[in-house]
Amino acid sequence: MSKVHVTTTVNGDEVEFLCDPRETLLDVLRERLSLTGAKEGCGTGDCGACSVTVDGRLVCSCLMLGVEAEGKEIGTVEGIADGETLHPLQQKFIDYAALQCGICTPGILVAAKSLLEKNPDPTETEVRYWLAGNLCRCTGYDKIIRAVMDTAAEMREAS
Amino acid sequence: MHYHRPATFDEAVALAAGAEGITRILAGGTDVLVQMRSDIVTPDTLIDIKAIPGTHDITRTPEGGWTLGVAVTGAEMREHADLGRDWPGVVEAMDLIGSTQVQGRATPVGNLCNASPAADSVPAMIAAGAVLTVTGPEGSRDIPVAEIPAGPGKTTLKKGEIATALHLPPRGEHGGDAYLRFIPRTEMDIAVVGCAVNLTVEGDVITSARMALGAVAPTAVLVHAAGDALVGRALDEAALKALADLAEASCNPIDDKRGTIKFRTHTAGVLARRAAQIAYGRAKGVQA
Repeated sequence: MSKVHVTTTVNGDEVEFLCDPRETLLDVLRERLSLTGAKEGCGTGDCGACSVTVDGRLVCSCLMLGVEAEGKEIGTVEGIADGETLHPLQQKFIDYAALQCGICTPGILVAAKSLLEKNPDPTETEVRYWLAGNLCRCTGYDKIIRAVMDTAAEMREAS
Repeated sequence: MHYHRPATFDEAVALAAGAEGITRILAGGTDVLVQMRSDIVTPDTLIDIKAIPGTHDITRTPEGGWTLGVAVTGAEMREHADLGRDWPGVVEAMDLIGSTQVQGRATPVGNLCNASPAADSVPAMIAAGAVLTVTGPEGSRDIPVAEIPAGPGKTTLKKGEIATALHLPPRGEHGGDAYLRFIPRTEMDIAVVGCAVNLTVEGDVITSARMALGAVAPTAVLVHAAGDALVGRALDEAALKALADLAEASCNPIDDKRGTIKFRTHTAGVLARRAAQIAYGRAKGVQA
């Protein structure tokens, strides 16, 4: 089966790859581009561990084919920090111990960043609904929600 | 599997008509990719329609209705304030499907063509009187959404036919629609029963009404008699009782792990009442 040539942008960098049309964007990110931040939890769009943004829209990378990335702008957890400087969400997740095993964390960071870009002042209910597609089996969610709420408050003060 | 990204619907139709084996149209992929991964359906030909111009557009027609491109997502519908003002029930039904991530990709046309009896957006589109334009080797035709589902996983589309646009009629004055579903959780679940009601009023008197049910039969059901039961009267207790009885009588559900026949039938009546009250309030302009 012939592979398809794809040109896309990942975290601001132009990227080219060859992939089988059956490969998901998650497969491509992890196995062809060595960006292993996005995780495969369920592979069926239920758990959110593979969350990335595509042209600014939050999606599950397991529910998108690599070939569909042609001409798109992909954002992954690897693009969240500014060099060695952590994004405020990342720092707050550490401060609040909002993670344990960490499998869900990259997806939750990408999802939470996407929320705060659309809505810098979300209510707790809005945060909980926005992150309803990101499953975490360790934390019980409370620390995650608190970390996101506090990040939002801090970013509003800073801006 | 061969992946195609045609630039026109003519090209897409030619590909679909000429393909052998299993063909799937790829819009949001939230059903197609899950079916591929779980080896339920492995297409030989996958036709990605998202590069075709217009497939991402939400447009108001000169008559005041709406045309939605076949790749328009739930998130795009929810962010479109004017569409939500005209058809809040259609938008809320689509918005109930899946997570934020799924909303970023899932489309109402995909929800329709996947033909699940429990598809949330389908009863709402049927109640609204939505129409799907389909193009195939023998030309285009407009089909009421109610006539698209043929059974679980099956549609009335013929080989080579591809959905090219979804149309919602002009809302007009004093109209409102609503969709409610029952799920055992608060979020992200498949409807055990869904019910959509769409009506118009003059003062307190109902001038037109449509009701559709989901997840209580092999396809979503348009309850034809709902209009006769409601038109010419206010939505009083007697009207609500008549509507609930009609909803229950229209059910032909299955027993499964998500709900029994008895529970689904009863719940259809309950949701019919509640959805009608919300639609009535919206039509009268007293409820968002």
